[in-house]
Amino acid sequence: MNKLTFRTDNCKGCGLCVDVCPKGVLALAEDVINKKGHHPVTAVKPDLCIACAFCATMCPDCIIEVEKGV
Amino acid sequence: MVVFKKPHALSDVPLHYCPGCTHGIVHRLVAEVIDELGIEGKTVGIAPVGCSVMAYNYFECDMIEAAHGRAPAVATGVKRANPDNIVFTYQGDGDLASIGTAETVHSAARNENITVIFINNAIYGMTGGQMAPTSLPGQVTQTSPYGRDVNLCGYPVKICEMLAQLDGPEYLERVTVNSVKQIKNAKRAIKKAFQNQIDGKGFSLVEVISSCPTNWGMTPQAALKWIDEKMIPYYPLGVYKDRSAEKKEAEQ
Repeated sequence: MNKLTFRTDNCKGCGLCVDVCPKGVLALAEDVINKKGHHPVTAVKPDLCIACAFCATMCPDCIIEVEKGV
Repeated sequence: MVVFKKPHALSDVPLHYCPGCTHGIVHRLVAEVIDELGIEGKTVGIAPVGCSVMAYNYFECDMIEAAHGRAPAVATGVKRANPDNIVFTYQGDGDLASIGTAETVHSAARNENITVIFINNAIYGMTGGQMAPTSLPGQVTQTSPYGRDVNLCGYPVKICEMLAQLDGPEYLERVTVNSVKQIKNAKRAIKKAFQNQIDGKGFSLVEVISSCPTNWGMTPQAALKWIDEKMIPYYPLGVYKDRSAEKKEAEQ
């Protein structure tokens, strides 16, 4: 099982991570607003994550941590 | 096993950049390179004026804020006074290609042993989206609402091509960060630019074609596409000068 951890309060909701995820794991949480006033990213299908870290590579705010096989 | 985490050289301070701005990606790449080369303790960064004016908050190494455009001059002083330090400047196009052109050209001509990270997003970001020296012909900005007229405003400055004419600089490369593949390539270039300085080879500049979704008036996704469609045809990616590689080739 792979694990994604988000520093949610730093997310600006740009959605670049959502676009690069090859498995459609991520989405912006439309019903949540973080401290900065954005809809933060969340893992909607965490089971599909293959820990490629494309999302974390693309994230301009470095809010994603990726762990493999935990 | 942790596959990806925030590099140590990048501080915990939340970045002030707009959503989707690629400044954050380049900050992280620089921090990753500092981590990988193990030089955090002796690195000195020079922050510019522009959107990245507060870059000194985001790196854990020592930072100095330079006057507008003068980062290469400050870096020259720091490097010459403390040759053991690793000195890098982080500048935008308003800083490096406009007010600081003289410092850039002459530090390159002198082959100062520094690393320059140059963010080219074809617009003045911090001041609200005015035309920059790097704005494309026909590009709509706040001060060119009908598109940049080259008969009135002249043509964009191509820094890598311009500096490549000099005999001084060691390494010039233009990269972009609009996809995962390009980000990995950009990291390789930035790492080489730092390694060149450690090896004492001289002036290394990496130009990063970046996006400015806010002032281009686009979504972050559309801005990344615009880089591919409009900016890269005008600013072709690639290595413009690599003297060590040229020397090696000549020897063979």
